[in-house]
Amino acid sequence: MSVENTMSSAGSVTEPLTKNHEFLAGAKATIPLIVGAIPFGIIFGTLAEPSGLSAVGALAMSLFVFAGSAQFIALGLLAGGAALPVIIATTFIVNLRHMLYAANLVPKVRHLPQHWRALMAFGLTDETFAAVSNRYLLQDDVRNAHWFYLGSFCAMYGNWVLCTALGVGLGELFPDMTQWGLDFAMSVTFIGMVVPYLKNKPMWAAVIVAGAMAVATATMPHKLGLIVSAVCGIAVGLSLLMLDKGKPEQISKQNAEQPNEAQSAVQQSVTSQTKTEEGK
Amino acid sequence: MADSSINEVALIFGMFLATFSTRYLLFAVAGRVHFPTWLSNALSFVPPAVLTAIIVPAVLMPQGEVWFSWQNPWLLAALASVVIALVLKDLLKTIVGGMLVFMLLKFGLGLG
Repeated sequence: MSVENTMSSAGSVTEPLTKNHEFLAGAKATIPLIVGAIPFGIIFGTLAEPSGLSAVGALAMSLFVFAGSAQFIALGLLAGGAALPVIIATTFIVNLRHMLYAANLVPKVRHLPQHWRALMAFGLTDETFAAVSNRYLLQDDVRNAHWFYLGSFCAMYGNWVLCTALGVGLGELFPDMTQWGLDFAMSVTFIGMVVPYLKNKPMWAAVIVAGAMAVATATMPHKLGLIVSAVCGIAVGLSLLMLDKGKPEQISKQNAEQPNEAQSAVQQSVTSQTKTEEGK
Repeated sequence: MADSSINEVALIFGMFLATFSTRYLLFAVAGRVHFPTWLSNALSFVPPAVLTAIIVPAVLMPQGEVWFSWQNPWLLAALASVVIALVLKDLLKTIVGGMLVFMLLKFGLGLG
């Protein structure tokens, strides 16, 4: 980080972009991604009460947890009668992907005080990661980049809470909305999120094993089959990836110098989404 | 309706901890801990594996039993959604297209 700072200040005498400017740019860059998040917030709100989560609970979940797919999955588990520890463990596993994002962003937050890092971590969604990654790609100057991050986070957060409230309201107005086939909305959303990952054999294998195991373990108590299936899929995918590239030690040596392929694949799939949205 | 056996405060607090810890851990120790490659490789499989483990039972056994049939609108619409996603490579179009197919099958043709 200090290297980039000295480089940019040595190369040019320009002032950093103002906090205001960065904040607004962050919010603006996130708008295309917000458009995509609107239906999910509304659907989450409408599905909450039929799944067994109160209106207040749904709002509180959006306010404090702020993790779209984990919240959806929690609803599905609640409706299926899962136990509380299972829901929390599943939330943890589903959100492990954020660790990948965080690993990518570490060089950009290292210079910030701990309270800024905590705030940014709370707002680390797929969408904000995509928007912020683009910003870092386009501009080296990180002096006020955390304000860009904050702008993106605030836009996403405000939208998510608002759409949840809207969905809860709609659900109360039209109690039979659950008969409209909204349950399939969750499945199709997840399909649209999985398909971009299917670029190599290990990924296909992981997905096929996870799917088959999920059907085989569907009768396990407390919906534990979900965790078992996911772990099996991840294990098979990781094994194939390592067999593909030779011994694990070699992989880590290679990647110590090169950017991690898996990591950049995730970033690519997220940022390509941003690009297609921006292209409209 | 509301399942009183689940304590919502505990649920939301637990989910907050589970989510925030995955987001904050690496920021908190920024740079002082090396992130092993095998772990980031493994993490890249997490979202597709978890999501698929949710999707497949939801569309293959929508009413609790395995229903492998051309009469199952969830299964048909899911297959159509995969094709749409592969061809159009766009999340929003996939969602809209998949929902349209599902609505057509379920309410248009009266399947399910």
